[in-house]
Amino acid sequence: MYDWCIDIHRTRRCAAVVVAFASLLTAPASAQVPAVPSAVPAQAPAQNDPQQLRQELDKLRQEFEAIRDAYGQRLTALEARIAATSGVPAGTAPGAIPPVTTLPDAPVNPPATAPVVAPAAAPVPPATAAQVPAGAAGAEGPQGALPVYGSQAASSKIFNPDIAVIGNFLGAVGKNDVAPGPAFDMSEAETTFQAIVDPYARADFFLSFSPEGVEIEEGFLTLTSLPGGLLAKVGKMKQQVGKVNTLHPHSLSWTDRPLANINLLGGEEGLADSGISVSKLIVNPLLFLEATGEVYQGNSGVFQSHSRSDVSWVARLRGYRDITEATNLDVGASYARGHNDAGADFTTELVAVDATLRYRPLQRALYRRFLGRTELFWSRREQPDGRVPAFGMYVSGDYQFARRWFGGVRYDWSERAYDDRLNDKGPSFVLTFWPSEFSQVRGQYRRIDFAEGTTSNELLFQFLFSIGAHGAHVF
Amino acid sequence: MKKWMTIALALALSLATAVRAGAQTKVVTTTEDLASLVKEIGGEKVSVESLARGYQDPHFVEAKPSFVIKLHSADLLAVVGRELEVAWLPPLITQSRNSKVAPGGPGYLDASETVKILDIPTGQITRAMGDVHPQGNPHYWLDPGNGRRIAKAIEGKLGQLSPKDAAFFAQRYADFDRRLTEAEGRWKAALAPYKGAKIVTYHRSWPNFADAFGLDVVGYVEPKPGIPPSPAHTLTLMEEMKRQGIKLILVEPYFDMKTPNAIGRDTGAKVLVMTPSVGGVKEASDYIKLFDYDINLLVSTLKSQAGH
Repeated sequence: MYDWCIDIHRTRRCAAVVVAFASLLTAPASAQVPAVPSAVPAQAPAQNDPQQLRQELDKLRQEFEAIRDAYGQRLTALEARIAATSGVPAGTAPGAIPPVTTLPDAPVNPPATAPVVAPAAAPVPPATAAQVPAGAAGAEGPQGALPVYGSQAASSKIFNPDIAVIGNFLGAVGKNDVAPGPAFDMSEAETTFQAIVDPYARADFFLSFSPEGVEIEEGFLTLTSLPGGLLAKVGKMKQQVGKVNTLHPHSLSWTDRPLANINLLGGEEGLADSGISVSKLIVNPLLFLEATGEVYQGNSGVFQSHSRSDVSWVARLRGYRDITEATNLDVGASYARGHNDAGADFTTELVAVDATLRYRPLQRALYRRFLGRTELFWSRREQPDGRVPAFGMYVSGDYQFARRWFGGVRYDWSERAYDDRLNDKGPSFVLTFWPSEFSQVRGQYRRIDFAEGTTSNELLFQFLFSIGAHGAHVF
Repeated sequence: MKKWMTIALALALSLATAVRAGAQTKVVTTTEDLASLVKEIGGEKVSVESLARGYQDPHFVEAKPSFVIKLHSADLLAVVGRELEVAWLPPLITQSRNSKVAPGGPGYLDASETVKILDIPTGQITRAMGDVHPQGNPHYWLDPGNGRRIAKAIEGKLGQLSPKDAAFFAQRYADFDRRLTEAEGRWKAALAPYKGAKIVTYHRSWPNFADAFGLDVVGYVEPKPGIPPSPAHTLTLMEEMKRQGIKLILVEPYFDMKTPNAIGRDTGAKVLVMTPSVGGVKEASDYIKLFDYDINLLVSTLKSQAGH
């Protein structure tokens, strides 16, 4: 209907539809409370004849009861109808729709523990219209057959986005006096919705349901058909500062994020903000080269905006080259600048350099791979007592030694953004098991020597599991 | 003077090749099988490059940025479809900034649209069945009949992109069709004595091949598609193979040989590494040679087993 209204040539038809629709809406309402309009013209004669008024009232009462009965009947009929279609007693999941698809190769001897959902009876064909008794004469209620919404035949479902949910369950044992996590934590249920919007764009939503509430982890529109090798994103995005900052928890090689990301990039959440990102492919015969420029609202991680003009900026250059068909090198450098929480006159600047070396022999790709990565961060934070130059880094290696097994190590070293005299450091050892592509179990031993002088020794573990659409793997 | 002439000639030549290269339709395919079929139809009027190699599991290709560059300048992207490339192709297409080769674009060809598809699951499917392909088995190119259908679709698409060469493509299709039909007769004749031979395969890569050449696949080394072998399943499979007297296990070149070899030792079955794709072994350098290689290997093994 909205589309019709946009079309100027059809305005008249559209108006007619709107009027018809409005009258449909108001018709039952006026029928239900007929007393109000009727009472007004009845007022004058009523002064002359109380008898006539009483008759009028009786008539109205009768009419009202007739309408009530008719609606009651129709409601009962509809309830019965719903119960029949869903194959369950009325009141239990009225929205449930029976599976119309045939049962998988109907077994000759159905197993004793037949699945509860499989209806024993032949599937009820989806009703396109439910028969209900016609409205009582004169009631002006909806007459005849009612449309059934959400019918199986609704082909609009094929345009539904790809949906997936990824559960991230974390556990921890051991001692950590500085930043202890809970023993068990259903840390996040990340829900993704992804689809093509139109010939010019696609949209990706990553909603994070966590004990803290629901958050748009990312949600953006990607304009895919811009000229000149450009690709633009609009929405809330993980900022292109280094490599790990852009990854979702389930794409990490560890249960946690490196200390440098936590100390200098604003914690587990990292830098993610609402803004616009434009990247350009610089085509050349030597290597893959991509330049990205981003502007954000200015509220994320280490940045804080004090006025509308306090936006934050990110620039990134990424280069990639295949060394052999199995080995490749991926390097990047980012710069970010924005205002910080020390006040309107204080800014934070970040420089990040990352390098990733991958090895994955093509023929043995299922069984062997190595990923070595390092990221270096320099933060320059202005605060009332001066400018703090802090540095942090990590270096890590992950090796797949069997089809389902991965081992990894990481060493962290990072100063703190607000005081470069304080630094935290320590190693991690990770072992990951993949039952299938859709789930993984991970254990991580982590030791941190905190600047406070205490040392933590922890065993962290994680279950990651994904349901729904098969998402693409992050490279 | 002579030197100048040489340089001028070289320049002119390189310019000429550049112009010719510009006139070529640039095709990128996901697999070498499709690349080979594009070559058959396109000849010198196209340049073609495959993203995956034939000895690589096409389900598990990495979305390397170097592929983005290839897609960026492509006129045509031919994909196997049926969710074979679902884990790696979509982000490449987005990053390619080339809407021509995005699904729905004029330069996007899903080769599975006109072919015969097997193993389309009916009824309720869940991931408890492993990595099932809801739209059917994507290894459909291993039926020569489907190869012909894919070639026809490629002919149509190339003709659409370069109408002036349509007759050229049609003629090359006719030639390929003739050679394929001839080879098909040869392959079927070679396998005719072994019709109904029972085999076990590692992954479900061969239903179309078995269907086309009358083989009977009775079991898989994988307990479920995409799930690595488990001891319990291997034991059941070995018992079944002994009971039915199955003497042949086909393994794709990218799978671990440990379990198939162990099954072979226990049951006396021969383990054959057959390539499901062009480029899987050096000898399988194009679509017709792929079948030549696989069928030679299969027939010589079956022959030696029959001789015993």
